Amino acid sequence: MNSTPSHASARVGTPATRVFGALAVGGLGWVVFGGLFVTPADVVQGDAVRIMYVHVPTAWVAYLAFIVTAVASAGYLFGRRHSLGFDRVAGASAEMGVMFMALTLISGSLWGRLTWGVFWQWDPRLTTTAFLFVTYLGYLAVRGLDGAPERRAKRSAIFALLAVLEIPLVHFSVVLWRSLHQEASVLSGDGDVKLDDLMLFTLLVGVLGFSALFAWLVSHRQRILAMRDIEQSKGIELAIGERIAEGIDR
Amino acid sequence: MRSSGTGAVARCVAGKDLRIEWRGRVVVNQVLPFAALVMVAFAFALDNDAVLQRTAGGLVWLATMFSTFLVVQRSYAADIDDGALESLRAAGVDMQGVFLGKSIAVMAELLILEIVLLFVAFVLYDVEISVGGLGLLVITMLLATLGLGFVGVLYGGLIAGAGYRETLLPLLVLPVVAPVLLAATRATESAVGVAGVTAADGWPWVGVLLVFAGVFGLGGLLSFGSVVEE
Repeated sequence: MNSTPSHASARVGTPATRVFGALAVGGLGWVVFGGLFVTPADVVQGDAVRIMYVHVPTAWVAYLAFIVTAVASAGYLFGRRHSLGFDRVAGASAEMGVMFMALTLISGSLWGRLTWGVFWQWDPRLTTTAFLFVTYLGYLAVRGLDGAPERRAKRSAIFALLAVLEIPLVHFSVVLWRSLHQEASVLSGDGDVKLDDLMLFTLLVGVLGFSALFAWLVSHRQRILAMRDIEQSKGIELAIGERIAEGIDR
Repeated sequence: MRSSGTGAVARCVAGKDLRIEWRGRVVVNQVLPFAALVMVAFAFALDNDAVLQRTAGGLVWLATMFSTFLVVQRSYAADIDDGALESLRAAGVDMQGVFLGKSIAVMAELLILEIVLLFVAFVLYDVEISVGGLGLLVITMLLATLGLGFVGVLYGGLIAGAGYRETLLPLLVLPVVAPVLLAATRATESAVGVAGVTAADGWPWVGVLLVFAGVFGLGGLLSFGSVVEE
C-alpha cells in the first residue's frame, strides 16, 4: 500500500503528554542549571555530589518503570479482556526502565569512583540493581522473540511476574552474603550526605522532572508499539488478500 | 478418555526424557566431558593450588550452571523438533505433570554431573571433606539441583519453539539462579571447611536453597501450562 496518509502533519501529542513534556523540560532544565551552577558543592564530596541530581532520580524512575511493567503485565494476564494495551505499556515501561537503570549504573559508578575510590562495590543494593538491569535486558529479548502479539504479550507478562519472584530472592541472598563476608568500606560511612534546602529542592525537582520524562516517553512509545502491531496485522491481511487475488486471477 | 493424574504424567515424561538421554547418551558423552574440561580449564587459568582449593566449591557450581543450559536445551530439543510439547498440550495432558516430569529428568542428569564434578574437584584440587560436612554437602546438592532444575525447565519452556533460544537461555536463567550459585557455593565451602568456615556456617545457605526451590517449584507448577501455550 503506497498511499500517503491524509494527515501527514497530524499531531501525536495529547493534553496529558503535553503536560508531561512541559514538566520534563522545566524539571530537567532546573536540574542542569540549579545542579551545576546554583547549588553548593558538598563539604566532603565536593562537586561529585552534583551527580546525585541525576543518579537518584534515574534510579527512582527505573524502579518505578519496573513496577509499572509488573502491574501492567498482571493487568494483561489477569484482566478479563487480555488487552494488548497493558502489554504495550509493560513493554514501553521496561524499555525506559532499562535505559534509566543504565544511566543509574553509569552515574553511580562515576560517583563511586570519585567518592569511594572504586567504580563498583559488592553492596546488596548495587548488586540487586545490576541483576535487575540484566533481568530486564532478558525481558526485552523475550519481547523481541518472533510470534503473534498475543503470544508475545503472554510470554513476556509471565516473565515479568517471574522477575517479581526473582528479585527479592537475589536481594536477600546478596544481603546474607555481604553480612557474612563484610569488608571494610573504602570510605568510613556509606557516603551519604547532609543536604541543604536548595540541594534537596533540586533533587526533588529532578525526581519530578525525570518522572515526567518517563511518563512522556512511555505515552509516546506505547503508541508507536500499537502502530507497529497494527502494521503487522495489516501486513498479514494484505498478504492474505494478495494471495486470494492471485487465485482469482488464475 | 481417562485423564491421567499429575504424578502419572510426571513419571511418564521423566521416563521418556531419561530414555531419550540413555539412548542418545548426549549428557554422558558430551556434557559430562565438557564440564570436566571446564574444571581443568579453571586449573589452567588460576594456576595456584591454594587458590583452587579455596575456590573449589564455586568452580564446581559454576561448571554445573554452565552445564545446566546444555542439559535443559537438550531436554527440549526433541520435544520441539517433533512438536511433542504442542501435541501433549493439544491432547489435554496435565501440564503440571509435564513440568514435574521434565524437571525430574533434568535434576537426575544434573545430580550425576555434580557427583562427577565433585569427584574431579576432590582429585584435581585436593579438596577434603569431613563426615560432618558430608551431610551438608548432600543436602546442598539435592536442594540446589531442585532449584536449577525447576528454573531451567520453566525458562526453557518459556522460550521453547522461539528462535535464538540457545543464546537466550543463559541470559534469562543466569540472573535467576544467582542465589543458587551463591548459596550452593557458600554451603559447599562450609562443608569442605575452607577459608576458616565450619559446617554450621553453611546451614543458613541451605535455607536459601530450600526457599528458592520452593518458590520456583510452585511458580513453575502454576505457570508452566500458560508458558508453553502456543
